[in-house]
Amino acid sequence: MPTFVYMTRCDGCGECVDICPSDIMHIDTTVRRAYNLEPSMCWECYSCVKACPHEAIDVRGYADFAPLGHSVRVKRDEEKGVIAWRIKFRNGEKDMDLLAPITTKPWGKHIPQLRDVPAPTNEQRDSQLLYNEPKYIRFDEDGLHTLKSNGLKMVAGVEGF
Amino acid sequence: MVTSNPFAELPSFIPVAVMQGWVVLMAIFVVGGTVLDMIHKGSAKYFFENAKRAKKSAKRRVSGGEKVSMAVQTLASEVLTSAEFAKPRRRVSHLFTMYGFIIFVVTSVILIFSVPTSADQTPALVPLLWHVGAFMLCFGGYWFWFFIRADVSAEGFPWYRLVRADLFIVSLLSTATFGLIWSFVQSAGASGLSRLFFALFAIAATTLFSTVLWSKFAHMFFKPAAAFQKRVIMADESRENLPADYDLTDPQVQAKYPDIPEYMGKTPPKMGLGIKREAPQHY
Repeated sequence: MPTFVYMTRCDGCGECVDICPSDIMHIDTTVRRAYNLEPSMCWECYSCVKACPHEAIDVRGYADFAPLGHSVRVKRDEEKGVIAWRIKFRNGEKDMDLLAPITTKPWGKHIPQLRDVPAPTNEQRDSQLLYNEPKYIRFDEDGLHTLKSNGLKMVAGVEGF
Repeated sequence: MVTSNPFAELPSFIPVAVMQGWVVLMAIFVVGGTVLDMIHKGSAKYFFENAKRAKKSAKRRVSGGEKVSMAVQTLASEVLTSAEFAKPRRRVSHLFTMYGFIIFVVTSVILIFSVPTSADQTPALVPLLWHVGAFMLCFGGYWFWFFIRADVSAEGFPWYRLVRADLFIVSLLSTATFGLIWSFVQSAGASGLSRLFFALFAIAATTLFSTVLWSKFAHMFFKPAAAFQKRVIMADESRENLPADYDLTDPQVQAKYPDIPEYMGKTPPKMGLGIKREAPQHY
């Protein structure tokens, strides 16, 4: 579902140009508004949709699996730390609202200080586990480990843990 | 220099009627160009169709009084203070350019039409404002041109790369810059140079006002309409299919989305600016 830009909402700020990992969001040379230069190369990562401060970018579904008339829109609110999706089916009746956290701590305040962490042992180097695993969620023979399955509980707010 | 009317010496080689006729012609070009632009791009048609579509998915009816209040709010924030810009420095630059342009154009018209009545009778304030307007326009415009323009700041193109989208800003900046240089060399007494810079000023101004169809000059007319429509879709809750703006402390929201209180607590704190904490300058 490649992205496209509503020209009347876009103010040509260039946020989508900066963030697009495929480098296909560009500024039009006639009207100085953003546009998707090569929709067939779009990864559908939604980075530009989320970064746009004016919600001027939308996605267009391919006609074979998402016929015309549907809508998938997203609003990433970094201040609140949540992402909201609204998926409207083309019959206009099924209208789904979704909301999920994208962070539980203030941005950039809890970056691991890797310099202070002891160097990995040889055994850890040979292991397939990544840094900090299995401290956090991981897969192994017992399935998905979650806070709940490990008997842990998230403390309200972000302080105190 | 800044308190003298640069147009006062023009009648020695340009009839006053020609100067005033030129102003009227430019006004006709702007109006005609805007109408043609609207027809060519179908922008008015798009707006009405879009408004009709939004009305279909509206959850509540917006009253006439509310619409008037929204029009006033649009005028006060988007039109007068350029609030639609997300980046503060772009907003400041736009305010300088916009108000500089308005002051510059209005005082130019006053000065041109006051020439026949004698230059001495022109209040010193008007030429002063003409120069201030031109300086404001140059400040905001060059700031935009060299540093803020998305082509330079996001695309990484050099400042001297010209495309059709630059027609408006280049002709606008040329008009103000050549106007200021013309006024300066005129007051310095260099008549040859003065005529040269006047010619450049006139060419730049004619380009600015006569190319509305190809430039983005008409944005000053359709941008307020777009800003007003954006307010209407929020008020009638159609929101152009965008998700709602949730209050995370609302118990109803927490009941509907239990992940929120479970992972973020019942009163989630403000998380800060996220990716907006720093400008992307790591190319």
